[in-house]
Amino acid sequence: MSDLTQTLWDLIVVGGGNAGLCAAIEAAETGARVLILESAPKAYRGGNSRHTRNFRCMHQGPLSVLTGSYEEEEYFDDLLRVTKGKTDEALARMTIRASEACLPWMEAHGVAFQKSLSGTLSLSRTNAFFLGGGKALVNAYYNTAQDLGVTVAYDAEVTHIAIEDNAFTGLDVTLDGTTTRLKARALVLASGGFQADLDWLADAWGPAARNFLIRGTPYNRGVVLRDMLDQGAQSVGDPTQCHAVAIDGRAPQYDGGIVTRLDCVPFSVVVNKNGERFYDEGEDVWPKRYAIWGRLVAAQPEQVAYCIIDAKSIHDFMPSVYPPETADTIDGLAQKLGISGAKLRDTIETFNAACREGEFMPTELDGLATEGLSPPKTNWARPITQAPFYGYSLRPGVTFTYLGLRVDETARVSGPAGPLDNVWSAGEMMAGSILGEGYLAGFGMTIGTVFGRIAGQEAAAHVA
Amino acid sequence: MSLDHPPTLSLTEEARRQVEICNACRYCEGYCSVFPAITRERAFADGDITQLANLCHNCRGCYYACQYTEPHEFALNLPAVLAEVRVDGWERFAWPGALARVFQTSGVSLAAALVVGIAALFWAISALTPTDGEGFYAYLSHAAMVAIFAPAFLFPLAVIAVGLRRYWSEVGGTRITGGDLKAALGDAARLKNLSGGAAKGCNYEEGDRYTQARRHAHHAVMYGFLLCFASTSSGTLLHYGFGMEAPYGLFSLPKLFGIPGGILLTLGAVSLAWLKTKADRALGAPSVWGGEMAFVGLLGATGATGLMLYAATGTALVAPLLALHLGTVLAFFLTTPYSKMVHGFYRLAALIRDAQIRTR
Ligand SMILES: Cc1cc2nc3c(=O)[nH]c(=O)nc-3n(C[C@H](O)[C@H](O)[C@H](O)COP(=O)(O)OP(=O)(O)OC[C@H]3O[C@@H](n4cnc5c(N)ncnc54)[C@H](O)[C@@H]3O)c2cc1C
Ligand code: SF4
Ligand code: SF4
Repeated sequence: MSDLTQTLWDLIVVGGGNAGLCAAIEAAETGARVLILESAPKAYRGGNSRHTRNFRCMHQGPLSVLTGSYEEEEYFDDLLRVTKGKTDEALARMTIRASEACLPWMEAHGVAFQKSLSGTLSLSRTNAFFLGGGKALVNAYYNTAQDLGVTVAYDAEVTHIAIEDNAFTGLDVTLDGTTTRLKARALVLASGGFQADLDWLADAWGPAARNFLIRGTPYNRGVVLRDMLDQGAQSVGDPTQCHAVAIDGRAPQYDGGIVTRLDCVPFSVVVNKNGERFYDEGEDVWPKRYAIWGRLVAAQPEQVAYCIIDAKSIHDFMPSVYPPETADTIDGLAQKLGISGAKLRDTIETFNAACREGEFMPTELDGLATEGLSPPKTNWARPITQAPFYGYSLRPGVTFTYLGLRVDETARVSGPAGPLDNVWSAGEMMAGSILGEGYLAGFGMTIGTVFGRIAGQEAAAHVA
Repeated sequence: MSLDHPPTLSLTEEARRQVEICNACRYCEGYCSVFPAITRERAFADGDITQLANLCHNCRGCYYACQYTEPHEFALNLPAVLAEVRVDGWERFAWPGALARVFQTSGVSLAAALVVGIAALFWAISALTPTDGEGFYAYLSHAAMVAIFAPAFLFPLAVIAVGLRRYWSEVGGTRITGGDLKAALGDAARLKNLSGGAAKGCNYEEGDRYTQARRHAHHAVMYGFLLCFASTSSGTLLHYGFGMEAPYGLFSLPKLFGIPGGILLTLGAVSLAWLKTKADRALGAPSVWGGEMAFVGLLGATGATGLMLYAATGTALVAPLLALHLGTVLAFFLTTPYSKMVHGFYRLAALIRDAQIRTR
């Protein structure tokens, strides 16, 4: 620890996830003395990045594992669609263009890619999958950083950034239970969002947020983000907004990651605690709808819902990590799920009566819709009749929050009096600058890689 | 509900618990053939778990890449649990199983077998000294060698055949076609799965860094062993087929196969043993670490004593070295069905079964 205080670091990077590591590597490659402060213990380093599986990459022809081409316009259109226009076009286009050079850079720094995973064929053109997932990527970057002489401190939570005269002068970090002041000539902030701070979420969302599950790391509590906002840093993004999806209600409070997703909604009838349907389960294919279901479930009593399917559909979606509740009758299933049997039977019978004949096609919008039912189910509406019956509980699972630091195209952070001299930010912490709303699969890692690299280069140039 | 694994789970149940988590995740699909095999199923019978375990070659890529390893409550350690299932299966399939338990887990037992083998050969050489004969046959007659080694070779093969049959029925194997064999042998010859896919090797002696060291060492051992085997086979062929008796010159087939084979086998075994000391024991089957290490030593000793014997040609050391070498070979053969050596047979069977499932 005394070693850390005795060095005048060229650059301190707060947060050792994808964005922070990219920044540290870029700066260390110029010869800068770099320190990464990571609040998690080594086993949990890498924040949300360790749960990722791919990043979205522009490419003008086949590139590494990516097929075909995915050009700027199409990429930008995809982004516009999900954000409903809430994006900064200049920053977004810069990020998209820069993503193409990221893939070879990543490979050169130890990241291995694999063909798109089974069940994700639709992404083989747009998203490059990390072999072994995000934790393997994070491991590769830590090794590269180590080889470049970067120092890493784990269990090191940064609690305060000292800013004087529009410049960063030092920071407070808790190491082994004591708070220490460290100094550096430049600072990159890459400590993610605040979604793991349930109190903060509850402030923004109301008490219902206490029933939310956090899909990623418990360490992204927004401590540094709040500290910066308190000091007047310019922010972007709506504090009341977070990206939440519907996940298995039995998932752990934190770090359940990808396996807790449930893909059965389109093939099921979804009811709330009262046994009532509340939304069209078949509105669109699941990848396009799973994000709205986080909000839908969050609006239900006790923030929970139940997917009911029958034996016909049990193989139509990716296997779940927890086995479903199973019963031979709807009543039996209701009992196991803890909802009223009479009510559930009534809902299912009404639904069944509204189903009509037609061809069921699980992989496309088949138009097999209910008739005279409210809310309707507009695709994949098959009666729930064939025992055994299965039930899964659903809860909102928060992926990340949108509120973040405003940055410019050089990743520089602005204070109340304009751009700070020596502070940059990257990753989830500034993603709101580009993603005002919604989410595009794989774009989080793209933002982190592009801005992490820029932040590292800019910081290194500043101290050179 | 919690996915914490209660200690009451049997080995197979624990493996199934982990495999089901992997099937919902699939991040490791590109490492090896285990994951594609997992994603082809939704439910895993005991035989499926046995098959998956024998497809795994313990490269550990999926351990270091896993976001669910301890302290996470899902407590994934797929390389370890599959290693345990493998070892358990080899023990169950072996006849008699008790011998497998002894030689797999205990390096000391294997060493003891070695001592016994060597002693037996010393005894044979002193007691059965022939009156005539050239080269090695001056010390132990050809007839005596055949009398010792033919059963010592055939008996283990028979035991292994029994084990493989049991394996085949447990994993639900069907009639083997030429295509299945071709696919499996192709994979085995290139040790394709040891390549780590795009990852360029295993996560073995350097933790989460990928290296090719284990693959290269394993290649050396496997090809070294096969060359030595070819050397002996060619000798047998020359002896019986062409009436050409040992000793053979430097440019004869037995020597051309045997010398490079011995060198590869010895060097490969030394590197494998060294790598094994560097790797994390908790990611394999810790209970058989000693037995595996002893087995690698035995393999290396087979190669090394063979080379020494050749180097000592014409000196007074031939007699003791001959006993040493033949004793080592004898111990190696006799323990084959019960030592780590069986992994080659089961792995090939698993690859054949995998080829069947892929093309069904
Ligand atoms: C389950 C899941 C799956 C996802 N899948 C994908 C995907 O496939 N593709 C994609 O593009 N995006 C995905 N995302 C989003 C993606 O994870 C993020 O966009 C991305 O990881 C952000 O990277 P980052 O470096 O900014 O933050 P993180 O990777 O979260 O890193 C932040 C780091 O800062 C540390 N930290 C926090 N506070 C402090 C402090 N006060 N002091 C010191 N250190 C601190 C944390 O411990 C953490 O290591 C997924 C998210 C989740 C939850
Ligand atoms: S080992 Fe871990 S990361 Fe790999 S597939 Fe299994 S659960 Fe996923
Ligand atoms: S240890 Fe290697 S071979 Fe075994 S399952 Fe994991 S990745 Fe596959």
